[in-house]
Amino acid sequence: MKLYWASWPDFFAMGGYGLYVWGSFGVAVLVIAAELWSLRQRRKALHSEIEEP
Amino acid sequence: MNRLTWSYFAAPQRFYRLAGQAVPWCAAVAIVLTLYGLFIGLGVAPTDFQQGDSYRIIFIHVPAAWTAMVLYVAMAFWAAVGLIFNARLAAMLAQAIAPTGALMAFLALWTGALWGKPTWGTWWVWDARLTSTLILLFLYIGYMSLRAAIDDERRADRASAVLAIVGVVNVPIIYFSVKWWNTLHQGASVSLTKAPAMAAIMLQGMLIMSLALWAYCFAAVFVRVRLVILERERGAAWTREHLARPQPA
Repeated sequence: MKLYWASWPDFFAMGGYGLYVWGSFGVAVLVIAAELWSLRQRRKALHSEIEEP
Repeated sequence: MNRLTWSYFAAPQRFYRLAGQAVPWCAAVAIVLTLYGLFIGLGVAPTDFQQGDSYRIIFIHVPAAWTAMVLYVAMAFWAAVGLIFNARLAAMLAQAIAPTGALMAFLALWTGALWGKPTWGTWWVWDARLTSTLILLFLYIGYMSLRAAIDDERRADRASAVLAIVGVVNVPIIYFSVKWWNTLHQGASVSLTKAPAMAAIMLQGMLIMSLALWAYCFAAVFVRVRLVILERERGAAWTREHLARPQPA
């Protein structure tokens, strides 16, 4: 499999659509990170509540 | 014997352990497939002759939209099982699926807006596909709000199950909206009845990303259903025993 891009700047520019492409994938990463973080908080809250009722 | 096997894992305590064992596998599959799918989709796949590189949004947009719809059906299914058979675990599963489904619906809309701007010239139109997907997000939010508004868990299960089941009618509307109405949104690129309307490498990237997001959703739902089980079974002896043990950070 051959990489399509000639250089890193090409890759980040996404043929002029960088804002849209990275805006999509970036927010996807943020949303998933937020979900994982909130699950972690929920577990912590549950444990501390059980320990100090 | 048959009765025993299908109902064996219906006990929250047993399912708690089973889900816990599944989480690392789902997470590992999600990570590997995401890296591979992003490599194909953003690195290897060539540009599109019509849309340029904006089309690469497809590698997150379509998987998110698919999972948002399928998770809704799964949520409504388990809510219905919980309602009909008065099964606690089924209701807990429905409850655990909703937030992940809502996030996927949000992602489908967000990435759709970012794809719509360069290709259609607008972030949003009140088109059948877009509007029905927005309704999907509102159904998820409505389901979660209704659950949260009722203090008694069993009553919350029943009320929210009715909402989930009624709302399932929206899913075929989303799916067929591009056929039934004149929409700005393009038709299905992939269907069971005809050859995919896209290059093999693009299709491959999209399918890998879909599997990756599936694996992620399974992991997230399993993690959440375990928390829901602990929260709702906190009075049970096994729960207190389990929580008393030292936990990994």
